[in-house]
Amino acid sequence: MKILVCISKAPDTTSKIAFSENNTKFDENGVQYIVNPYDEWYALVRALEIKETIGGNVTIITVGNTADEAIIRKALAIGADDAVRIDAEPNDAYFTASQIAKYAKEKSFDIVLTGKETINYNGSQVGGMIAEELDLPFISLATKLDLNGTTATLEREIVGGVQVVEVSTPFVASCAKGMAEQRIPNMRGIMAARTKPLTVIPVSSIEEFTSYTSYTMPDAKSACKMINPENMDELVALLHNEAKVI
Amino acid sequence: MSTIVYISSNNGLGKSAFEAITYAKKMGEDVIAVTVGNADSNVLAELGQYGASKVLVDRNANSDDDQQITKVIASAVSSTGANKVVFSHDLIAKAVAPRLSVRLKAGLVAGAISLPSTDGGFSCKVNVFSGKAFGNVNVKTENKIISLLPNSIQPEVTGSNCSVEEFNGNAGESKVKVLSTKKPEGEISLPEAELVVSAGRGLKGPENWGMIEDLAKELGAATACSRPVADIGWRPHHEHVGQTGVAIRPNLYIAVGISGAIQHLAGVNGSKVIVAINTDAEAPFFKAADYGVIGDAFDVVPKLVEAVKKFNASNN
Repeated sequence: MKILVCISKAPDTTSKIAFSENNTKFDENGVQYIVNPYDEWYALVRALEIKETIGGNVTIITVGNTADEAIIRKALAIGADDAVRIDAEPNDAYFTASQIAKYAKEKSFDIVLTGKETINYNGSQVGGMIAEELDLPFISLATKLDLNGTTATLEREIVGGVQVVEVSTPFVASCAKGMAEQRIPNMRGIMAARTKPLTVIPVSSIEEFTSYTSYTMPDAKSACKMINPENMDELVALLHNEAKVI
Repeated sequence: MSTIVYISSNNGLGKSAFEAITYAKKMGEDVIAVTVGNADSNVLAELGQYGASKVLVDRNANSDDDQQITKVIASAVSSTGANKVVFSHDLIAKAVAPRLSVRLKAGLVAGAISLPSTDGGFSCKVNVFSGKAFGNVNVKTENKIISLLPNSIQPEVTGSNCSVEEFNGNAGESKVKVLSTKKPEGEISLPEAELVVSAGRGLKGPENWGMIEDLAKELGAATACSRPVADIGWRPHHEHVGQTGVAIRPNLYIAVGISGAIQHLAGVNGSKVIVAINTDAEAPFFKAADYGVIGDAFDVVPKLVEAVKKFNASNN
């Protein structure tokens, strides 16, 4: 089974969110980048589990610059076999997806996995776009993936419930919680990652459909109004008269 | 020019469908709703009340197949000459809207929370950094797709029922086979809910959820829970709100016995009003809440249920 796992960098969840250049750019000052958790914990680890069970190869791919090789080495240390970096700054989902799709088309993978979304832009766009570019079915927000030959059974959470679907390889899926458990790379993995193949591919000329022109921070929350636990009538009255939500 | 709104109709029409139509109507052009599946035409006609001029329904496409839905919408775009497509940002939209973006060469705003501004371009506000900031997305392409976050706009009735036309969108073969769908009946859908009552480990065990359900019932609210509670199996996974679960933005979020870890807040910080009930005065939730009650859930919640009952009785 040839599996391609798309990974993205994301600021560590505890990073301070601030913007520079007149609120047009994310302020990277002091920000530690990690592998986007959905890509790492769910997509990558499930791909490795499949490989460990039935054999195959797991390739990771990212669109990013030289600095992003740190997250690539992390993913290799967890157990991916080889890596590809497309040398460009990923500013737009279509741009990013098309770069990856172009590579995937040449190599014909059986399965392409992404995380359900990145924790910085939360767009949930790249997986579906890759699927359309490759004309493959796309299972979004999958929480379970099992293979039987070339038939895959996937579970996905739908509003208020669960759906089980079946597709044949090749297909694209985005992975959500439930798919696998986080793995911590061991020393052997970290050492091995240093010598695993990392191919850098020049960027293809592809237009961007969208751009972020500015950012704003939410208004500072006013102090929490404390209510006497013996006086729930007051809370209900405030929710009705002041907050006007009931 | 016209705007197409894709409507998920296999479970009837939800509030998010009316929101999407209202949103499209406010953009000022003719609004055409498109749907697939077996929904009753008399039900679909109601979309006219919110501003749709007609509904196109393709009965041959599978409402769970993103590839088929994408083809049907693309056919509707070319037959109507529409240059904008609006979705409600639900699970179907998360699969279909990116596909359609590629197919139509149309930039996508995923999770819009405002109407577009056409001041020097075309841009919409979205949540970024898991709700910790807002971004302004500028769409550079001629055709545009907007996926609207639920509860970002109030549905408005502006007209009357519209016509419903059968439509053949040439969906092609379905490559996805649905083996089973489990869906509890009668509950209020969490992403659409205006009021949500949520509880965490502070409740000490699944047997104590009765009072949370009572409170939700009295308020007409949906129930939710924190991640640890879903992980240990006290509550079903689809109730889990937070960074790895469902992100919601109700008008009122009542958090009982949830400390308010950053990952939980990421899923609820779009709520308009937050009430936190916790024994620990230092719980981080009190920093994110509008109203706080320091006290034991087992004392406070039953009192709150009684207070809401009294409120309901005096308001009916």
